[in-house]
Order: sequence, then C-alpha cells, then structure tokens
Amino acid sequence: MVNFGYTTLPTHIHDMDKADLGLADSISFEDSSFNLCIACGSCTSTCTAGAFTNFSFRQMCHQIKRGENSQAIAESEKCMLCGKCTLACPRNVNTRNIIRLVRKANQTI
Amino acid sequence: MKVEGKRKIWSDYQKDIAYDRFYYVRSCIRQTVWPGAENIYLRILREVLGKEVIESEHHTTCTGIGYHTEVVPFETLQTVVARNFALMQDAGFENYNPSCVTSFGIYTEILDTWHHFPEEKQKTRDYLKKATGREFEEPKNLAHTSDVIYKFRNEISEKSKYTLINKVTGEPLKVVDHIGCHYAKMFPAKGVGGAEYPHVLAGLVEAWGGEVIDYPERRHCCGFGFRQYLVQANRGYSISASKKKFESMESFKPDFILTNCPGCNFFMDRWQYALAEMEGKTYDENGNGIPVLTYEELAGLVLGFDPWVIGLQMHQVDVEPLLVKMGIDYDPNQKFKGINGKDLGLPESPNNLNFIK
Repeated sequence: MVNFGYTTLPTHIHDMDKADLGLADSISFEDSSFNLCIACGSCTSTCTAGAFTNFSFRQMCHQIKRGENSQAIAESEKCMLCGKCTLACPRNVNTRNIIRLVRKANQTI
Repeated sequence: MKVEGKRKIWSDYQKDIAYDRFYYVRSCIRQTVWPGAENIYLRILREVLGKEVIESEHHTTCTGIGYHTEVVPFETLQTVVARNFALMQDAGFENYNPSCVTSFGIYTEILDTWHHFPEEKQKTRDYLKKATGREFEEPKNLAHTSDVIYKFRNEISEKSKYTLINKVTGEPLKVVDHIGCHYAKMFPAKGVGGAEYPHVLAGLVEAWGGEVIDYPERRHCCGFGFRQYLVQANRGYSISASKKKFESMESFKPDFILTNCPGCNFFMDRWQYALAEMEGKTYDENGNGIPVLTYEELAGLVLGFDPWVIGLQMHQVDVEPLLVKMGIDYDPNQKFKGINGKDLGLPESPNNLNFIK
C-alpha cells in the first residue's frame, strides 16, 4: 500500500439497522416517560455525581437509543441515585427509575 | 400539512436566474484540472441554447483560496471582486456568472457585506479608484453556472440525445448529488432550494431521467476544506471526510456522483484513487470506483457531445463503464488523442483502481 504522508481517521458511521435496541425497547416498555426526553441536559447540569465525575445522564440516554448498551450500563454505575435530576427534568422523565431499569437489565442480560 | 404554507416556504428558496447575456468568469481549479468542463459549458450556452456569453482575459482569481486560508485580507478581497465587477461593466453586461462555487460564495458574501455595511462598499470604491482608476457597479444578477444549467434543464432535456437510463437493465441510473458547501450553506436564500433542500443538481437528474439517491451523509462536506488540504499533515482530515461519504453511499450502489463545486469534484474523484492506493478499497462492486461528473459534463453527455471533447479522460475514476451504461456512442481509441488527433501518450495505471486505456 502507498504512503502519501497522511492517514485516514476511523469513521463513526452508526448503522441503526444493525444496532441492538433491546435495552431501549425494554426501558420504553417498563417506563414510557423515557420516550419524553428531549435531551435538554437539565439532568446533567444539576447532577452532583456529574460535578465530580464525567457521569452524564443525557449521554447515557443517547447511548441507550443508539444501542451502545455496554457503555450505557457502565455509565449508569456512576449515579448515586440522589434524584435531583428528577426534580430538574422539564418533561417529567422518571430519571432515577431509568437508572434503576438499566442496572436491572444489566443483572438480567 | 398545509400546502399553501409549504409553497410559501419553498418560494423563499427560489432564486432569480438571468435568462441571457452572461458575463462568465472561470474557476482557478477547474481551468487546470478539467478545462474541458468549462469549454463545454460555453458551447452548450452558445451553440445549444443560443445565449450570449462573454468572458474577459483580464479577469483574475476572486482570491477565495487565499481568503479562506487567511493570507488575503478582506479589504484586498473586496477590491479584487470590485475590479472583476468593473470589468463586467466595461463589457456592457449585468449578469455575473461564476463557474466556481467558492467564487460564488465570495461574491455573495461581498454583496451581502456591502448591503449591510455601505461604508465597506465606499471604502472599496476608494481603493479600486486609487489602485486602478476604475469604478464599478454591483451585478443585477448573480448566478452560479449550475444555476444556469438548472434553469435550462428542460430545454436541454428536449434537445437531449441520451437519458439517464441504464441501457442494459432499463432502470434509471442511481445518482448521488453533492452540493458545494459555499453554494448555499452560507447564504441559503442564494441557492436553489436553500441549504436543506438544494434542488440545483437533483433537478437535473430528475429532468434527464435518473434517480436521486438520498443517503445518510448526503449533506456532509466533501472534505476539501482549504486549510485541511493545503497543509499536508492535515490531509488526513480531508480524505477521512470523503471516505465517510463514500462508505455512507456505498450500499446504495450509485452509478455516478454529480457535483457543482470544482473542489468537491476534484477531491471526490482523486480521493477515490488515494483510498484505493492506501487501503486497497474501492466503493463499487467491480473495482472501478464511482465516476464523478460535473453538471455541465453531464449536460454535454446527454446532449450527445463526444466524451473526449468534454474531457472525461481527465478523470481519475474511469467514466467508460458509465458511458456503456448510458449507451453512449463513443470511440475508445480517441480517448488519449488531442484535438488535432495527436497522441497525448498514456497515463500511468493505478495499482488498485481499474482504468481502461
């Protein structure tokens, strides 16, 4: 192969047709408030755990909806279940319950 | 859905394109890599559509490449643009018709600046007067060359010899349209269809019988990006952006890519060669790559111009498989012959990309 003095970067195309959406479907089924999220980030900006770690509830929701389940489960472990995000959410997403469901799914997978 | 509301929104995305008497200005890049494309545009306008087109040998670059790489100051850019407008005025024309999307973006940006900041326009008048003794007026109409082909797409269709139908299968050819970022992403109202729904190339494909492919990275930049490409160490960003697009369109099996920007056209063609040589990967089934055409090259093909007069042998990704699909009558032996029949010699062959010689 020829070396032209530069290389290509890995592409980050995410194929939703091949994504594993089992976790997203089970959470939607068990707590439909999950579907109300508009990704505003109020949860993340008010998060005490997020102030001291890189935990982001919004990012976790994003990962679940992309089928990146192992990353989402690892993210959920950083939450300390204080529930402040539940008060901040303008869409009344039951955020603490979503965390609980992700952790529960981890135990049953 | 309220149709009236949709019509009103769509009317905001229409632009005024002059009908005749064009002052044509060439592209720096295209004159070098695909001079046949500009030549065929002028021939289509003059010989096929009967339009009056003039160009001046005194016309210079718009300095867009220098401006976007921050080596040309804004004042210089405005003065050079003003000089080009003055040349148009000298020729007695009012419809400015740049061939380059970067230039089109530059002219649009300058006109918008003068609209919002009249003091900049006055300053430019003073600079131009001092530097050249010239005076200038703004053009009545500014339309990119792809706009003009779009405007006359139905006339071209009526006079066409070939259509975008695969002669072997009878199916419409699948076409990826790629619009240059500076065409409408900066000033959406200045492009046909705006930045979100540009119709300037899709309209050609539809009018000439092809099928437009809508794929995930359709609006992604080709990767040229002056700063990314001009610095060798940064070229990885450039080629990676093109690669992302190729990977995204690959599963749709496009027959060719249609572009309206010299930079996009050049890079989507040449990066396919570079990717084939660097990674051994081509983005079609047969190792040929996906041919990349400009709008006037395609117009020339459907109108029945000789592919080698259009200059299609200058493309790195071979267009011959496409010519066969379109059922175009051409002489393969004339591929590398000059205008006078003189043998131009054969190019080197790529290692991993098929190229018929």
